Amino acid sequence: MTDTDTTLLEKAADRATGLTPAPLAKRIGGLSDRAIAWLFITPTIALLLAINIFPLIWAVRLSFTNYRANRPNAVLENVGVQNYQRVLTDSDIWIAMQTTAHFVFWTILLQTLIGFTLAYLIDRKFRGHAFWTTVILIPMMLSPAVVGNFWRFLYQPQIGLFNYIVSFTTGVPPSSFEMLGSVSLAPWSIIIVDTWMWTPYVMLICLAGLRSIPDYIYEAAEVDRASAWRQFWSITIPMALPFIMLAVLFRGIENFKMFDMVMLLTGGGPGSTTEVASITLKREAFESWRTGRASSFAIILFVAVFGLANIYVKALNKVKQR
Amino acid sequence: MQNVSKTLLGVASALALSTALPSLAKADELTLCWAAWDPANALVELSKDFTAQTGTQMKFEFVPWPNFADRILNELNSGGKLCDLLIGDSQWIGGSAENGYYVKLNDFFDKEGIKMSDFAEAAVNAYSTWPKGTPNYWALPAMGDANAWFYRKDWFNKPEIQAEFKEKTGRDLAPPKTWDELLETAKFFNGKEIDGKKVYGAAIFTERASEGIAMGATQALYPYGFKYENTPGKYDMDGAVNSEGAVKGLEAYKELYKCCTPPGYTDAYMGETLDAFKSGQAAMAMNWFAFFPGLAKDENVGGDKIGFFVNPKEATAASTLGGQGISVVSNTDNMDGALAYIKWFAQPDVQKKWWSLGGYAVHNAVLNDPSFKDSQPFAADFLVAMNQVQDFWQEPSYAILLQAMQKRLHDYVVADQGTAKEALDSLVKDWTEVFEDDGKL
Repeated sequence: MTDTDTTLLEKAADRATGLTPAPLAKRIGGLSDRAIAWLFITPTIALLLAINIFPLIWAVRLSFTNYRANRPNAVLENVGVQNYQRVLTDSDIWIAMQTTAHFVFWTILLQTLIGFTLAYLIDRKFRGHAFWTTVILIPMMLSPAVVGNFWRFLYQPQIGLFNYIVSFTTGVPPSSFEMLGSVSLAPWSIIIVDTWMWTPYVMLICLAGLRSIPDYIYEAAEVDRASAWRQFWSITIPMALPFIMLAVLFRGIENFKMFDMVMLLTGGGPGSTTEVASITLKREAFESWRTGRASSFAIILFVAVFGLANIYVKALNKVKQR
Repeated sequence: MQNVSKTLLGVASALALSTALPSLAKADELTLCWAAWDPANALVELSKDFTAQTGTQMKFEFVPWPNFADRILNELNSGGKLCDLLIGDSQWIGGSAENGYYVKLNDFFDKEGIKMSDFAEAAVNAYSTWPKGTPNYWALPAMGDANAWFYRKDWFNKPEIQAEFKEKTGRDLAPPKTWDELLETAKFFNGKEIDGKKVYGAAIFTERASEGIAMGATQALYPYGFKYENTPGKYDMDGAVNSEGAVKGLEAYKELYKCCTPPGYTDAYMGETLDAFKSGQAAMAMNWFAFFPGLAKDENVGGDKIGFFVNPKEATAASTLGGQGISVVSNTDNMDGALAYIKWFAQPDVQKKWWSLGGYAVHNAVLNDPSFKDSQPFAADFLVAMNQVQDFWQEPSYAILLQAMQKRLHDYVVADQGTAKEALDSLVKDWTEVFEDDGKL
């Protein structure tokens, strides 16, 4: 580099420096960049603290008391871990947890299997695939309240379409069975509706996974004369697996909190057959008004979901790194 | 910094004012809160007289029954100013009195010469007093109510059905007088084809979420001998709640549910039993007296087609209490106006008009009138029922007690879990824990 070049470079650098605007901070009353950053972030942090962190801390505090929201004048007493002890030894709550686990397992299994199959078929890009993709997505776009009421009518044993379809295909009289009123059928009635509504969501995520697999990998496999089955097991499944696992994570967390659908369809009944943890929590907090005990139950649920989700995310990361 | 503080304070004040303004009641305006049902419409009509006499405009906040307790109790708990007057459920009296939500009305009654002895004793005890049995009044009885039955009189009167019933049972077909007869009659009608349509025996309460199955099942439990305590005020429930009679009563209710309700009635309350009856599915149905004026006038099933009967007795005669008293909410900004409404409502003439419009007055001037029994086809039954009513716990912890009962009953009756004895034993356990937490045991 000659002296002339160096001079030219220096001149260019000087010009560039002149074009770079002065720091924002210098233009606003002598505040530092860090101070301005805080100024912008503070409202968001305050909002987060107010609506997320504070209630959580408050719930932890209440979980150690006998507080009842409908008796604000009653003396607030610290009861130590009594609420936790009672929740953890309450057989009804354990039954609700088992019911929740049952729902989570079956809904995830069915939604993943059907969702992935649909995504695989849609990915074939057959004639009209865009139309069918839209049709499949419709249930997911509806409000759970609408879906709940809609399916209540479908399941009605005297006038519901569901019973008539079953009757038409099996010969069983339509009013001889009740999907929502039978102890054995009610849990499945909810699993069916949840699967109907949320399979499209799983399908979308799986479709994104399938579309992310580069074509050249399949082309290389073709060159190696790998069978379609071999390609599916050795390329499609491993490469789509992180997406499938992500869908399972989202649906798992959502279904662990399942509330609206169950409430609208069965209200937790018949008896307590479909009473999932969130409904038990609602009854405890807003029907029985045992706020302290409900808080301890909520904390236990939070820790359980948080812990399980963390373990799962670690597994997911390992799969992604492969 | 001072400027920033002032600005923030200004914004906060403006926000506070803007949210507070809508809830400020005008001095000449009152808001009355109640459930949304037929009697509420009658009250709107009745209250026009109050507006005409006093110039006070009446606003009404009527909440559908399934949300009534949640909505109104949240309002009270949060210190809201929505309601100046509240017609609240009888179970709320204890909690509302202890938490200071209702105004104690004794001094006001004394000053205005309003005597509780002018009202039916059972109603005063249920809708007005806390603690129970003491002369501490937190409400004026507003709407007497009890659970009772109605039936398809036209079906019962069909000669061929009467003959068939006589042949099968050996007795004449008539409204049942005992629970045994009720079961027998329901079974007789269940599955029968009448007017070309399959019909069912009885539509009863099975609702799980609020109070439905508890209110329905106690119609069977009370007559069979169910009591809340062995000794009133002692909370000694073992042997009362789960007594032999109580077990039989619960078994009878389950039998009625299993044999004779229309398909799909696993979560039915007021609306569903009315629907079952009005659509011609049920030969008999239970519901609150409050709905009977509307049923009697119904174009399809009312008039000559409908009959009414009081809850059948078994070991004893009893009916489940409904109904409410009207209270002044402590938080009101128009205390004088609210009290003026209570004073106006307590007048015998107003009470008579209240009954004529479809409200259930429990003022003696109405009930003791010689023409009362014939004033409506269900009036005589109402008198009988109101003299035999039994009420649920009215403790401040009533909500927990009620939810426990809802769960145990629904688990046994609808979901077939365990036996009646086990269900009631579990209920004793649940209730014992509640009273222990409350320091009453």
